[in-house]
Amino acid sequence: MTLLQSLAVGAPEVILAGGICVLLLVGAFRGDRALEGLSWASVLLLVLAAVPVFDQGAGSAGAWGGLYVADPLSRFLKLLVFAGSAAAILVAVPFLRRSGTGRFEYPVLVLLATLGMAIMVSARSLLSLYVGLELMSLAAYVLAAFHRDDARSSEAGLKYFALGALASGLLLYGVSLVYGFTGSTGFDAIRAAFAPGTERNLGALFGLVFILAALAFKISAVPFHMWTPDVYEGAPTPVVAFFGTAPKVAAMGLLLRVLLDPFGGMKADWQQILVFMSIASMALGAVAAIAQTNVKRLLAYSAITNIGFALVGLAAGTPAGVSAVLFYLLVYLVMTLGAFVCLMMVVDGEGRNREELSDLAGLARTRPGLAAALAIFMLSLAGIPPLFGFMPKLAVLSAAVEANLWPLAVIGVLASVVAAYYYLRVVKILYVDPPSGIGFAPVEQGVNPFVMAAAAAFSSPLGYLLLGPLMAFGAEAARSLP
Amino acid sequence: MTQAFIFYLLAGVTLLSGLMVISARNPVHSVLWLILAFVNAAGLFLVIGAEFLAMLLVIVYVGAVAVLFLFVVMMLDIDFARLRAGVARYLPLGILLGAVLLVEMFLVAGAWTSGAIAKGVRAAPRPEGLSNTQAIGTILYTDYVFVFQAAGMILLTAMVGAIVLTHRERAGVKRQDPARQAARTPVAAIAVVRPQVGAGVETGAGVQ
Repeated sequence: MTLLQSLAVGAPEVILAGGICVLLLVGAFRGDRALEGLSWASVLLLVLAAVPVFDQGAGSAGAWGGLYVADPLSRFLKLLVFAGSAAAILVAVPFLRRSGTGRFEYPVLVLLATLGMAIMVSARSLLSLYVGLELMSLAAYVLAAFHRDDARSSEAGLKYFALGALASGLLLYGVSLVYGFTGSTGFDAIRAAFAPGTERNLGALFGLVFILAALAFKISAVPFHMWTPDVYEGAPTPVVAFFGTAPKVAAMGLLLRVLLDPFGGMKADWQQILVFMSIASMALGAVAAIAQTNVKRLLAYSAITNIGFALVGLAAGTPAGVSAVLFYLLVYLVMTLGAFVCLMMVVDGEGRNREELSDLAGLARTRPGLAAALAIFMLSLAGIPPLFGFMPKLAVLSAAVEANLWPLAVIGVLASVVAAYYYLRVVKILYVDPPSGIGFAPVEQGVNPFVMAAAAAFSSPLGYLLLGPLMAFGAEAARSLP
Repeated sequence: MTQAFIFYLLAGVTLLSGLMVISARNPVHSVLWLILAFVNAAGLFLVIGAEFLAMLLVIVYVGAVAVLFLFVVMMLDIDFARLRAGVARYLPLGILLGAVLLVEMFLVAGAWTSGAIAKGVRAAPRPEGLSNTQAIGTILYTDYVFVFQAAGMILLTAMVGAIVLTHRERAGVKRQDPARQAARTPVAAIAVVRPQVGAGVETGAGVQ
């Protein structure tokens, strides 16, 4: 494999990396007034990087000496990640301007994180996995502390950094154990070493557990979820919209690949861990969210619950389960993004963002469109049937049932009933409670209402129109895993 | 025989200086011991024939990192008496942790010898017919060029992040502007005044 072939297969990353350097230079010369232009240029760059993803067809190709693979799974995840990042860049501009932190580095940092995620989802070796994960995380720490003069934002960044560094340490320790016991960091060699019939290896099992713990931290699955509410509450809202979407999708996709490809032979070992994490995430997320008064904290617990549901499909470990998880991630990305965009548009007359649940009281009377969209996202996240959010939940639960994980599916249904309470409470506050008396700013112009409306349309029953192609897309991606 | 003697000499001095790094009372001495440890470790690399790594260790660690340490340590105004006050209190815990690490090291060594997978796979053989500079270059810039470049992007992120989080534009800072300096002409810079006797000169009159 020559360098040129590798460059062609890895074109999305190459384009992104080159574009980032150019945009960074432009920003360095033009300063913060370039924010708007740079944001649109970043979106254009993401579109450019997505072109080779489409272009590669349905086959699977390795590159860079086996460190990298471009297969249907990585393509599916990359498109999702690019879309999530592009949206996170675009919707942030008015928010950053309002809070006086419209610095040109924002889109560049999101792009750097996106590059890391693209490397992650294409990783074919523990080495490229780690480097991609670290690139994503490092950019994310900075983004969490982006409002550096706000104590809560700095605290969020510091907390995320300290815990994230610990998770990276765990990951590296696990990787070194796996390398020590298998003699390779490449997925193929690890898979061969753990093939069914080979001797069970305790050291490598330890390695697997450490790697799982680190990845569970990134997707904020219980018991590695503690950072999530604090970081969601403290970090600037557009940054949280980013955290809640693309990195979750990338880390979950990575987890799929790691568990089913190199560690596919140890399914019996990781399945019980996943079942536990899944039950714990669904239960804790659903119960802890009830007492929240801050919308961002509430959405953090909602993220934990939803990751628990996605893990149900992964715990099944079947192709149907994987395709259900991918479908879940896609719908979840849109719903979460929409919910955060709504939250960003709740601005009072003085231009401050309101994030308390009580501030939303009676929003339906003053801002009916916004309230309707937020209600759709809440009901869809809860998985209430006529809305589109119901379908992915159904898909993961039925995959679990097919894999004979009855108890898991039952607990999932129970957890979603509990979770429905707090989602419905938000809707009640929006529509039934007397208005909070806050004078909200007039309806925003620009791209945000458009993103919100599109996401709301997708999450509403209209989404069923796309059901067939999306399911087929997910199933095709799932087939590339052994 | 000679090689064994040199090995034990270098290894012994390395260990000794390592011990002195953490036990020297004066932090400047600690850094000096650290430099000795680095140089001896470089000697060990030479003994096993890794001359490139040896030179790298001397140039990068002794030449840059250790000297930087030295500057930092000399510039810090640390109250060393207070720093040491807690030693007696934390010693038992420290010893316990050390013991745990020691036991773990033996366990790892045991695992190494009794692992299920052939040992030959783990050992990284030295490629035939390549100097070790070439061998490292091949691994770093050919086999793992993708990861190497990605690591470069991580460093770029770290740099951008540090600037985002700490850099502030300060108002009222007097900066040198070479272009403006070069563009100054005598006409703009010099004012010829003819002072009256006893009247004095108004400061700054006509002078920029």
